[in-house]
Amino acid sequence: MVTIYERKLGLSRRDLLKRGGATALLVVSGSAVISTEHAWGLEATALKAKTMATLIQMARDIYPHDQVPDKHYAIAVKGHDEAAAKDPAHKELIENGIADLDLRAGDGGYLGVGWEEERIKVLQQIESTPFFQAVRGGLVVGLYNQKEIWPLFGYEGESYSKGGYIERGFDDIEWL
Amino acid sequence: MPAPYALTDDSVVVIIGSGAGGGTLGNELAQKGIDTVILEAGGRHEYNDFINDEWNSFGQLAWLDNRTTSGTWRVARDFPNLPAWIVKAVGGSTTHWAGASLRFQEHEFKALTNYGKIEGANLLDWPITLAELEPYYAKAENKMGVTRTNGIPGLPGNNNFKILKAGADKLGYKECNTGRMAINSETRDDRNACQQTGFCFQGCKWGAKWSTLYTEIPKGEVTGKLEVRPNSQVLKIEHDDSGKVTGVVYADKDGNMQSQKARVVCVAGNSIESPRLLLNSASSKYPDGLANSSGQVGKNYMRHTTGSVYAIFDKPVHMYRGTTMAGIIQDEARHDTSRGFAGGYELETLSIGLPFMAAFLNPGAWGRGFTTALDHYDKMAGLWIVGEDMPQEQNAVALNSELKDKFGMPIPNVNFVDHPNDVAMRDHAYKQSMALYDAVGSTRAFPTPPYPSTHNLGTNRMSEKATDGVVNKHGQTHDIKNLFVSDGSQFTTGGAENPTLTIVSLAIRQAEYIAQEMSARSI
Repeated sequence: MVTIYERKLGLSRRDLLKRGGATALLVVSGSAVISTEHAWGLEATALKAKTMATLIQMARDIYPHDQVPDKHYAIAVKGHDEAAAKDPAHKELIENGIADLDLRAGDGGYLGVGWEEERIKVLQQIESTPFFQAVRGGLVVGLYNQKEIWPLFGYEGESYSKGGYIERGFDDIEWL
Repeated sequence: MPAPYALTDDSVVVIIGSGAGGGTLGNELAQKGIDTVILEAGGRHEYNDFINDEWNSFGQLAWLDNRTTSGTWRVARDFPNLPAWIVKAVGGSTTHWAGASLRFQEHEFKALTNYGKIEGANLLDWPITLAELEPYYAKAENKMGVTRTNGIPGLPGNNNFKILKAGADKLGYKECNTGRMAINSETRDDRNACQQTGFCFQGCKWGAKWSTLYTEIPKGEVTGKLEVRPNSQVLKIEHDDSGKVTGVVYADKDGNMQSQKARVVCVAGNSIESPRLLLNSASSKYPDGLANSSGQVGKNYMRHTTGSVYAIFDKPVHMYRGTTMAGIIQDEARHDTSRGFAGGYELETLSIGLPFMAAFLNPGAWGRGFTTALDHYDKMAGLWIVGEDMPQEQNAVALNSELKDKFGMPIPNVNFVDHPNDVAMRDHAYKQSMALYDAVGSTRAFPTPPYPSTHNLGTNRMSEKATDGVVNKHGQTHDIKNLFVSDGSQFTTGGAENPTLTIVSLAIRQAEYIAQEMSARSI
């Protein structure tokens, strides 16, 4: 099972994997991917931890929302580790897909590419592949159906228990 | 109390499906003292069971049995196994519908006469007129509690409507209001008033929106003349040597095959399942399927010319708050070929939540061009285009030659290609809608492609002549007099209007006809 859990920090320098961009650091430690800044970790079982770290970056590059923390991209891709544990073909699809991505990205692999624009160019080369479509397709529900991120987009979700919006601003627009 | 009828009781009217057509017909017949059994493929979820969550509700209510698609429509690429977003549950798609209740316009009943022959289109006049249907429209509006009829006030406008109205005013549109909606603006018929909850598509948890689930069906059941059997999927309609139908074979809730005898059978499974069932009931006597001497069963599949436009503003809108579709512009619903197409379209407010917006705004799109749209979800307004599409023979529901469902019944394939008239209309509607939002100050707008079909029409169409269609002006099949079609598949053409009110009106009218023919012993 893949678990997302809060984690105390305490990592050796060799565990550190520099992530591209100017945001937080994602660390690969043994079988886990760990966020140094936000103290959460993702334990991979079937897939390599670095594969999971690359998937998380890939997920963010496919559906980039700067206001959404990495944790939610990690949750959105963890299903691939679960599927890989049950299905060798899925494991091969993901591992080979990531290996191909790294190869196309050149020295340092996909995670070594600093600019999002440059990573997008790599993704565009593979966007019609089953691998890319499996990752992108899974994100549509895996990412956007996480209730925790809805407030970051101003979506309020369930409203029946609050009596609907009849007293809560269904017609509160003032700027027209 | 619900009436339990024996499987061997051959005096009953069997209705297949419990939505706008089947549920209404069942109650109307029961009110006349006619013994009626409704077989519904889906389960029964009362309105307090509905879920204010898009994907969870979809899992609860949507028809998710496998289907295939073909043709050039984008749905076939983006959602190849989901041609339609319709419901498998007691109440059918009246649990999910948005409530817009518009009468057809007079000219729309005579599409061939008024539009003329259009190349590639299989246009035909309806065998009934607006004048003939008007008394039934009036009964349906009263039954359903349609706002702006019967002295019922309109719903209040939500934020999304206020944007629409402001844009309509700027563009000079005159016919813009919160619509004729089968959603209570005040308590009526022992049902709540709308609380502006914003989950109309997920089933109204207040029961404020009319659905056969908690209006027609319990009213019919209380007469003791209506039995509803949920989780009962009909696989085949049977007939005798004379050609009359005698009953149906269905899979019950445990998956066991049952045979229900019937005096009359009415098919109301929506425009994909109804032709599928007629085609799957082929026999040596009817080798092309029941009621198919015209060859038109499954043909002329229509889905309305739809599309959405969402627009982003620099200030908050919160379009998802409140009644989803209580907002309409009707100025473009006229037939006026100076715009470059025949027929017309309505513009209606629409909102979907963030999870569905991610799935439907531009399916398959990725990267910042897509995500920066979602980043402004709370500053978005949206509308839906509903226009008349052209019936075409090639647009058809057919049995898949290879794939079968869990009961061994061939699954349906839905083939669809836009007619050039459909494309011209949609492009016009996109342009007008984007201009409308631009006039209110939108900073970016999105001409969003059609969703999986919610309005499914025409696959057992009504015709004057038996060679042109499947049913006559009463929904009675031309070929078999005790076999009826009672849903939107009867529509000869689609009109520009949301179809439910017309389906309900036809069902009320059909119930009168069935009762009359039964007492005359002609069926």
